[in-house]
Amino acid sequence: MSWFKRIKAGITTRTLEKKETPEGLWHKCASCKRIAPMKDHIERNYVCEKCGYHERIGSKDYFKILFDENQFTEINAGLVSDDPLNFSDTKKYTDRLEEAIKKTHLNDAVRTAYGKINSNDLMIACMDFSFIGGSMGSVMGEKISRAIDECIVKKTPLLVISKSGGARMMEAAFSLMQMAKTSSKLTLLSKEKIPYFSLMTDPTTGGVTASFAMLGDVNMAEPGALIGFAGPRVVKETIRKDLPKGFQTSEFVLEHGFLDFIIDRRQLKKRLTSLITFFKN
Amino acid sequence: MNYLDFEKPIEELTTLLEKTKEIASKGKVGVSKAIAELEEKLIQAKKDIYGNLTPWQRVQLSRHPDRPYSLEYIQSITDNTFIELFGDRNIGDDKAVVGGMGMVNGQTIMFIGQQKGSTTKQRQYRNFGMMNPEGYRKALRLMKLAEKFNKPVVTLIDTPGAYPGLEAEERGQGEAIARSIYEMSKLEIPVICIIIGEGASGGALGIGIGDRVLMLENTWYSVISPESCSSILWRSWDFKEKAADALKLTATDMLSLSLVDGIIPEPLGGAHSNHEEMFGIVKEYILNTLAELKKFTPAARIERRINRFSSMGVFIDLEKEMTPAEAASLNR
Repeated sequence: MSWFKRIKAGITTRTLEKKETPEGLWHKCASCKRIAPMKDHIERNYVCEKCGYHERIGSKDYFKILFDENQFTEINAGLVSDDPLNFSDTKKYTDRLEEAIKKTHLNDAVRTAYGKINSNDLMIACMDFSFIGGSMGSVMGEKISRAIDECIVKKTPLLVISKSGGARMMEAAFSLMQMAKTSSKLTLLSKEKIPYFSLMTDPTTGGVTASFAMLGDVNMAEPGALIGFAGPRVVKETIRKDLPKGFQTSEFVLEHGFLDFIIDRRQLKKRLTSLITFFKN
Repeated sequence: MNYLDFEKPIEELTTLLEKTKEIASKGKVGVSKAIAELEEKLIQAKKDIYGNLTPWQRVQLSRHPDRPYSLEYIQSITDNTFIELFGDRNIGDDKAVVGGMGMVNGQTIMFIGQQKGSTTKQRQYRNFGMMNPEGYRKALRLMKLAEKFNKPVVTLIDTPGAYPGLEAEERGQGEAIARSIYEMSKLEIPVICIIIGEGASGGALGIGIGDRVLMLENTWYSVISPESCSSILWRSWDFKEKAADALKLTATDMLSLSLVDGIIPEPLGGAHSNHEEMFGIVKEYILNTLAELKKFTPAARIERRINRFSSMGVFIDLEKEMTPAEAASLNR
């Protein structure tokens, strides 16, 4: 008999109690496991130096990367979800919302802000996956819709950075109709000949893909992102076969003709600046 | 006839009635009184059952094996003048959606309908009403054709969802649906969308942008089917009834949430109990709605359509109750 006896088995932290890792001094790449100083990693816009893996980041980081001197004006920050259906599954929707707000310090899964990028005006709607999987409910639809209105008034180009699992089920048909709302609003932007850029990041699926994300005047994606309509698990269950390697990645979507290009996050600001200039002149 | 579990009393009464009628036809015994009584009972049973349906029962009715599908509606409404038009002019013809023109009371209408099959073979041929990207592109091509010649469009929605297959992803299912939604919101012709069975998610919405969106009485429309909702949120298939309640997916719910514009009543006993009557009711609704929509100019129709969909959503605006200084602090 061994002198050491394990009383508890393995790691016992429940998913519920897991804590967000605090920002440390070192960063370990989730893909190639390379360890680099956090400071350098941030300087590289959270892209791994060795393998080019794009770490998932949120609106705060994208705004910082894109807006000149991180100067921007956020609009409609006070929009928060209501619970029109009094929805409850294993948990009440209102509880889920409260938890998400507390955990992320965000009011919803998208933030909209305008500012300058290399001295050009730009409106950005950027999603946060940390807020209920970046899911699209009434608030996201309304924020994007109002951002489009603002773009029309200000004659400012629009960039939407998508990072979402799709519609927010807890708002049922309301969330479905956000696809109609945002897409039909985009026809107005198009009528004014104001450019709309869509950047798809990891992951962009479901109702977001099947509405504004695929409707850009220029559709672009970060490398290696999951982009699709149905999630890979659903597709796998449907065809009852293993999925081919690289299925539904940015590279796959580009090969099939639905992206204009794939852009490394470190070149994003420069590329956007060129595009804005091209469309302007 | 097929009967669902909760339709069993109707089945029993119907069988009994048929037997009694058979006896009557042989003319041996006087059973006319019994027949009248049975007929009355049957009507009462139908009223009792169909007057108190749960959301889940309506979902079941929307998938009733005897329920009419798009082509039958179209053939009947156009008095068999319908000419089907195939293909997306690109990669193929999607059998899960049919489209074409027909004449209804002297006016040409472009019909687009998601099509299910009634036998196993047909169901497979129609891919269970699950469209591929080329289906949405075919539908859009036909709508554009209608627009060119100033003919109204009627779409019939009946799908368990857009097809989540490998090729569908390769050919851009997301883009196809998005493009269709986008283009439909600015079609210059009147567009009526009618949910005749299942209205599942983006697959339904892909042909669901119109000046009027109507639902038949026993149909459902939502972001996900109750079964999938149950499996995702409850992590089990056993909560479909609960999910059906929670999703507020019935015609009555959708109308009271102002997400659709009207409900088309079904014959007593549901659309499946009397196809011809159902077709007649739908035809009348189409004609009346079209007459209403034709009063507007194309520009006014488009504006109203976009405003209608843009108004959908429920949220709280904290800024409204704040001082400017407080509002500024929101902008983290």
